[in-house]
Amino acid sequence: MQRFVMAIDQGTTSTRCIVFDQNARLVAVAQREHRQYHPRPGWVEQDAVEIWRNVDRIVPQALRQAGISAEQVVAMGITNQRETFVLWDRHTGVPVGRAIVWEDIRTEDLVTELGRKQGIEEVRDRCGLPLATYFSAPSLRWMLDNVAGLRAKAERGDVLFGTMDTWLIWNLTGGVNGGLHVTDVTNASRTMLMNLSTRQWDPMLLEFFGVPPVILPEIRPSTEISGVTTRVVPGISITAALGDQHAALFGQTCFEKGSIKGTYGTGGFLLMNTGTELVRSKHGLLTTIGYQIGGEPAYALEGSIAVAGSLVQWFRDNLGLIHSAPEIETLARTVKDNGGCYIVPAFSGLFAPHWLSQARGLVVGLTSYINKGHLARAVLEATGWQTREVVDAMNADLGAPTPVLKVDGGMTADHLLMQFLADVLDIPVMRPLVAETVSLGAAYAAGLAAGYWPDLEGLRRNWHLAARWNPAMDAQHREDEYANWKRAVELTFAWARSTPST
Amino acid sequence: MLRLLARGSGHHGLTEIADSLGLARGTAHGILRTLQRVEFVEQDPGTGRYRLGAALLHLGTSYLDANELRSRSINWADTLAARSGQEVRIGMHHDGAVLVVHHVFRPDDSVQTLGIGAMLPLHATALGKVLLAYDPDLSAAARKRELTSLTRRTITRAQMLERVLTEVRGQGWAGEAEEYMPGEASIAAPIRIPGGLVIGAIGISGAADRLCDSAGRPRATLVRQVVQAAESVTTSLVDEN
Repeated sequence: MQRFVMAIDQGTTSTRCIVFDQNARLVAVAQREHRQYHPRPGWVEQDAVEIWRNVDRIVPQALRQAGISAEQVVAMGITNQRETFVLWDRHTGVPVGRAIVWEDIRTEDLVTELGRKQGIEEVRDRCGLPLATYFSAPSLRWMLDNVAGLRAKAERGDVLFGTMDTWLIWNLTGGVNGGLHVTDVTNASRTMLMNLSTRQWDPMLLEFFGVPPVILPEIRPSTEISGVTTRVVPGISITAALGDQHAALFGQTCFEKGSIKGTYGTGGFLLMNTGTELVRSKHGLLTTIGYQIGGEPAYALEGSIAVAGSLVQWFRDNLGLIHSAPEIETLARTVKDNGGCYIVPAFSGLFAPHWLSQARGLVVGLTSYINKGHLARAVLEATGWQTREVVDAMNADLGAPTPVLKVDGGMTADHLLMQFLADVLDIPVMRPLVAETVSLGAAYAAGLAAGYWPDLEGLRRNWHLAARWNPAMDAQHREDEYANWKRAVELTFAWARSTPST
Repeated sequence: MLRLLARGSGHHGLTEIADSLGLARGTAHGILRTLQRVEFVEQDPGTGRYRLGAALLHLGTSYLDANELRSRSINWADTLAARSGQEVRIGMHHDGAVLVVHHVFRPDDSVQTLGIGAMLPLHATALGKVLLAYDPDLSAAARKRELTSLTRRTITRAQMLERVLTEVRGQGWAGEAEEYMPGEASIAAPIRIPGGLVIGAIGISGAADRLCDSAGRPRATLVRQVVQAAESVTTSLVDEN
């Protein structure tokens, strides 16, 4: 009987179930999108029940598509959008309001306020993250402060907290009937509540954010989830969980110190494996756990770009200049360059390496010559330059330039963007044969835990090159363009200073 | 029915449409379903009323954006490369040639060059034969032009080409051995948009002795993999639209 590994990728816009065979080949994919709620400017919410129902549909669908039974699935790995979390009633399983998504900036003022509190330097040291709206803890604090009666219920232990991995595992393993309340180190490392050295919830951090410990799940290594599904399709072992970017690092087999992967979807996420060494960035990057297989974790440096693919979606939905996201490339190719136009998409502030939550986006360099083709170029180039800024910071922290960038995610289908990345980084950009590295990473971790794959070396042999883009841009032109981009970014700082926070 | 939907409010319920056109409700419903499938009509998910679909706006221009096709097919092209062990290309017709819109390396980690944007001859490649076979205007134009000889085996006679294209239509895939480059062969199958129109082709290429059996015929396993990949891409174009 042929056996397979299954991954559930609970992403920002959709949830997917993917089945892989032993050669890491994709056998089936089922996917469902979920709604995004924007009840107020800057608020981004999702319905955790809708996401759970989607899982309920796509898992059997993927099995049908692959033509296999549940007994043929040796392990299931869960990977998920990070920082997004939901609170729910332990006794009924009903969520308290909607899940608050990582893109939500409702806690801007709260973050400013918390930033003035005593002990803020200590917070960064312990969790490795700068205080920002992006991470779970400020939003969790916001809910505890703003939902009537919630704090009392939470302190009584009637409410559970979970990032999306925790929510799905709890539901899959029985929900109110004995569901496992667990998370893995990589997801926990994004809450601002976990101590990076002990890899446990930190009493000082819980105190700082005013979070009652009783609501939190147990933190486990990425490959020690040890649950069994009792719902959806009963009897499948859930052996691993990882945050999506950590899963991508794993799926790209970035096992050596200094190797970097970039995932290009809604946002752009670059992670560099720093080995067993916990590196504190001097250049605006975050310290996080890459993954933990067994006792020792692999640490990582991360630079996140808030807006990458979502800028293309904005171009499609809000400006209506294209009908589908991939058409951005077609439009961009109607012109030969950006015509002097730059777009800095600081929609919810700027992330790495600037971390300026008050910054707002801008389009500069407009002349009567600029047409929609130039704007399309500027949209794609924004992702390229933001990557350059992050990779520069990583190189500086590591003290050595990275030789290649391994890429994955939906935007790797954009040929023009991938070439531009190679051009502005001046290193080759490589895409592996399985573009679905997030799901693959979760499948790898799950399969490794179940003994389906023997070791990391076995996984590395599965990595094959599908495409490679070599740098071809003139060096002087590259530096001139980079200087223009930096000036454009500086202008967003000036704009942030000139507007009172609203 | 389309004229009715193009008039006035542009939103009509099933009964309204059937009554206005003097059709039985079942008949009207059947026609609407067909029009919906090819996206000439869409149904409002809230009210259940029908209106003109987005596909009508693009009628007569380009059928599917090349970059969109790459984006939709990337997973299936990867899977085909992994299964067959060969390099994969997706081609669309452009200006009397095959425009390579997507390319996946042969998964043996050897040094290869990305060929996206390259132009290949229609008459000498499997991708090109597929595009010719399902486009009467294109094949008529090809017959009138001189068929350039690239190797000893390139088809250079219009009559011969026509016979081969008929065969392609009959079997649902195209093959070629050493007609484009000595020692090389390729196999390809059609990608269709909803409604059945062929807008591109997906195929593998590689060493002739790997792709073909001792009699010089494309290996059945590989043909099956290519046809399956083409069907998967075709299905994904229906799904996500």
